[in-house]
This record gives sequence, structure tokens and C-alpha cells, in this order.
Amino acid sequence: MKAIEVKGLTKRFGQFTAVDQITFEVEQGEIFGFLGANGAGKTTAMRMLCGLLNPTSGYGKVAGFDIYKNTNDIKRNIGYMSQKFSLYEDLTATENFELFGGIYGLSRKEIKSKTEKVFADLGLQAQRKLLVKSLPLGIKQKVSFAVSTFHSPKIVFLDEPTGGVDPMARRTFWEMIYAAAEHGITSFVTTHYMDEAEYCNRISIMVDGQIRALDTPSNLKREFQSESMEEVFHALARQAKRSGE
Amino acid sequence: MKTLSFLLKKEFLQVFRNKLIGRLLVALPLFQLTVIPWAATFDQRNIPLSIVDNDNSSYSRKLADKITSSGFFKLMDYIPSHEKALNTLENGKSRLILDIPADFEKNLVNGNSPKLMLSIDAVNGQEAGLGLSYISQIINMFGAEIVSSNEHAVLVDVSPSYRFNPEMNYHNYMVPGIIVLLVSIIGGMLSALNIVSEKEIGTIEQINVTPVSKVTFILGKLIPFWVIGIILLSFGMLVARIVYGIAPAGNILSIYTFGFLYLLAFTGLGLMISNFAQTQQQAMFVILFFLIIFILISGLFTPVSSMPDWAQKLTLFNPIRYYVEVMRLVYLKGSSFTDILPLIYKMLVFVTVLNTLAVWSYRKTNG
Repeated sequence: MKAIEVKGLTKRFGQFTAVDQITFEVEQGEIFGFLGANGAGKTTAMRMLCGLLNPTSGYGKVAGFDIYKNTNDIKRNIGYMSQKFSLYEDLTATENFELFGGIYGLSRKEIKSKTEKVFADLGLQAQRKLLVKSLPLGIKQKVSFAVSTFHSPKIVFLDEPTGGVDPMARRTFWEMIYAAAEHGITSFVTTHYMDEAEYCNRISIMVDGQIRALDTPSNLKREFQSESMEEVFHALARQAKRSGE
Repeated sequence: MKTLSFLLKKEFLQVFRNKLIGRLLVALPLFQLTVIPWAATFDQRNIPLSIVDNDNSSYSRKLADKITSSGFFKLMDYIPSHEKALNTLENGKSRLILDIPADFEKNLVNGNSPKLMLSIDAVNGQEAGLGLSYISQIINMFGAEIVSSNEHAVLVDVSPSYRFNPEMNYHNYMVPGIIVLLVSIIGGMLSALNIVSEKEIGTIEQINVTPVSKVTFILGKLIPFWVIGIILLSFGMLVARIVYGIAPAGNILSIYTFGFLYLLAFTGLGLMISNFAQTQQQAMFVILFFLIIFILISGLFTPVSSMPDWAQKLTLFNPIRYYVEVMRLVYLKGSSFTDILPLIYKMLVFVTVLNTLAVWSYRKTNG
């Protein structure tokens, strides 16, 4: 079974086609980079896969469940970290873990032991009793990732998880993604940082709602005769008719 | 059920950590219960009055004394002519002019009915009406005294007895209603602003990608505001007891039973508004709209029975109306649980409809 399977997925808002017939597959345990300029349709596509938005047409399966009929089964099996930081800032990290662990049906005992493990892994023992709003952005994002993978989902969707974060924190963040992948968690990640694109197993590049390129970073560089992912991205993004600004 | 306990813990933590809401929960009830019963009063005192005494007799002065010593009127001036007195009405110095004719005493003594003239500034209709009724009563009493001292005819003595609120104490009547106002405003506002604020902050996304059921989520929002409402209700009744010495004549359990349902209904309304709104500003406007309309046609300030027919029909859809009614019935009349049972059934309809709409209007998936 593929982690994600999408054929001709489309989302229209009135006259505007935000996502236009996209087709791709993501393997289990893969780190899949979902690239594109602002306004290319990445977030819309991701929201459809997470069951937050109804597609207009097309076929899609996430974790083996249909994106039209079985959104609740999908939700049980995925984690999601939105572009906008969306943990409860007036709760502590511990309380956020408890809340989301509880919602996903973990027992209090499981929540307790997992919380201990997460704090140990992240080295955040000192901050466990602080309200989330008082944490620096880099740490907030790590806590947010920990929340979205707390219930050991099959797939985790990360929408620009490292936006605005310093290079050191980004690096440790990607270490977390790799660690999750080792536990078999598939990562579906959007980013604007091309060095991060290189960390992915495979990447797709969206332009004007369509997927214009999909391969491993090294194959893409060969195909576009480029030195770096940066150049590949520019070559494609230049063709865009609509702009995100 | 277990999921619900996690959601409830989170809501309560958030409410108690919100300093502004915490302060408001104490300040608003105190302010409403200590200020409004005094300020929102229909008792009219010290109406400015001018007297034109053309008679200048002992009886005319006696009448003037009686009127001015009643406390309802404040004597501005004795004015020699009616025309000059009218000027004071125009420039607002007095609201009421009493003209005593020249042959007032003569007619009284001879047993002819003397004619008095009242000119009233009726811009404030309520004040005018009350002024007229007060002064008429005083004049009638004065007339009756004269007649009885002359031992003429037998007088018809009308002595009203006001049941259920013997002293016609305005506080007894207003305070129970204001407690309803209190729980409605806080319950309605807090619930209306809650879900939409999660939309604005973005935290609702994180909830919507979880498998939490819509009913559980709405219950997680409903119960905290319901509990806060019950606490406020108790606090309001306590203040009524301590500050005004008002205790329900009927069973307090009737008030709580109805309050349980009422708060469920009102919180459901707030949550529904929160679901439809995209911003807190929108939600605020909509809940204010409902609160103002509901309060004005609740019978709290003006009796429902004095409204035109169509407005009376509108009040049937107003939950505040029913609770104001129940509070007054139980507080003043001492109505029993069976007496308010029909109103309880009506409230159950509100609870069912509003909360069904609240669950239905919460969308985990959009577009």
C-alpha cells in the first residue's frame, strides 16, 4: 500500500483553479518534498489530503483511505503541522501533549511516558512547565512537530514547518524528521528552503496549481542540467503565470 | 467520554489563565447588580413644578404644601401669571404647571367643584404620565380631606393592594430579572467569541485534523460556559440576598432547574454564532444584536403585556423572556415547580434546536 495516492486531484474556488489535476504517489516511510512558489497551490492540496477541505474532483487515498468518504479514518492516521503555528499558546508544552494525546485516544499512562520521552529527546526538560507562548520560535516548531507525531501517525503533513527559523534550529528540525522516518513515519513536507529540498527522498514542484516536476533531487538536477535545486526551482517557477504576491 | 475530559481540562485552563475574562467575571456581576437596580428605575421623584396661585387663600396654600411635601415634586417657583409660567415650561425649568383659579377656596367651601389646570411637558411621556398620576392622587386626597372635615357626602375610597410585591418595591421586581441579564450577557458573549477566536488564532485547524467527533468538541465548549453560568447565577442570587435582602419566595431548585436548561440553550446559541462567524468582530456584532433585541423585548424593562400583538408573538422566540418570567414567578410569587413546568418544556425546545444547530454548523471539513 502506498502512503498517499492521488490521481487528477482538483480544487476550484469559483473560477479559480487552485489545484489543477495533480497526480502522484508517496511511498511508506518516504520523505516527500512538496515544493512550489507562494500561491502555487501547495497548502490547498495538503488541506485536501488532510480532510480539511473537500476536493472538487479527482481521486485520492491517504493511508489507504478515501479522501471523500473516510476522512475520519484518515485523521486517525495522520499528523498535521500547519503553516500558521497552531498549538495552544496559553497551555504548556506538557498540556498540549496531554490534550492531543487524549484526543487521539492514548491512555493517560501512554501520554505520560511519551511526554517524558519527547522531552528527553528534545532536551527541553527545563521548558516543560512554561507556557508555549513564552518559548522561542525554533523550540515552538519542535514542540509542534512533537505534537503532530505524538500519536505515532502513519503520515505527517508539514506545511512550511521551518518558516522563519534559524539555520541551526532548521537542522535539528530535519533531524527530527529523519528520526520519524526511521520509525516508519512518512513525511510530506512543503518548504521554500532549497537546501531542505535536498534532504528529501523525492520532491515535486508545483507551478500554477500543476505538478511540473517530480523525481529525486539528483535526477531533477540532471534533467534540468543544474548545479543545485535552487536553479531547478527557478527554471520552473519562472514559467508561472500567477504570482503569490 | 474520555476525550471530552481532556477537552474540558483544556478549556478550563484557558479560561482561568485569561486574566481579562477572570476579572470581567467578577466585575460585571458586581457592577450590574449594584448599579442597574438603582439606575434603571421607573420611580420618578423631584419633578420640577411651578405653581400659579391666583387665589392666594389658605386652602390654595395648603394644597401647594401637600404637593411639594410629597417628595415627588420639586417646587421651582410661584409664578404670577399663566403666560409667564408657560415660559418656564418652554425653557425646561419646570415640567409641570399647576394653575389654581381665583375662586378656588370659595368654590371648595360652597361645595362646588373647583377647576384646576395642569400643563405638562410631555416630551418624556413616562415622566408626564407619572407626574399626572401622582398629582391627581394628591389633589384627590386633599379634596377628600376637605370633604370629610365638612362631613358632607360619603366618599368612595379606593385603596389598592399590591399582591406579591406589597410595597411595590422596584428592586424586588428588577433584581431577579437583572440576574438573568447577567448570565445571558456573559454566557452569550463568552461562547460566541470562543470558537471563532480559535479560528482566528489557527488552533482550530489542529483540532480539525484530529478524529474528534463534532458532538464531543461542541460539548467540550458547551460545558465550561454552562458551569460558569451556573456559578454566576449563584453569585447573583447571593448578592441579591446580601445587598437587597431579596430571597426567592419559591423553591430555589426551580430556579436552578430552569437555569440549567436556559444556560444550555443560550450557550448553544453563542456557539452557533461562533461557528458561522469568520472573525471575532462578526461574532460580537451578531451576539450583541441578539442580546439587545432579546433584552428589550424580554419584559424585563417593559411588560410583555403592554406590547402590540405582533411584538408579543416575537417574544415567544426569546429565551430571555421565559427566564425573566420564571425568576419573577419564583422570587415574587413563590410559584412551584409544577407552575413553571410549561415554561420548562418550552425551554427544552430551545435547548434541542439551538444545540443541534451548534453541532451542525461546526464544520471540520470546509469547501
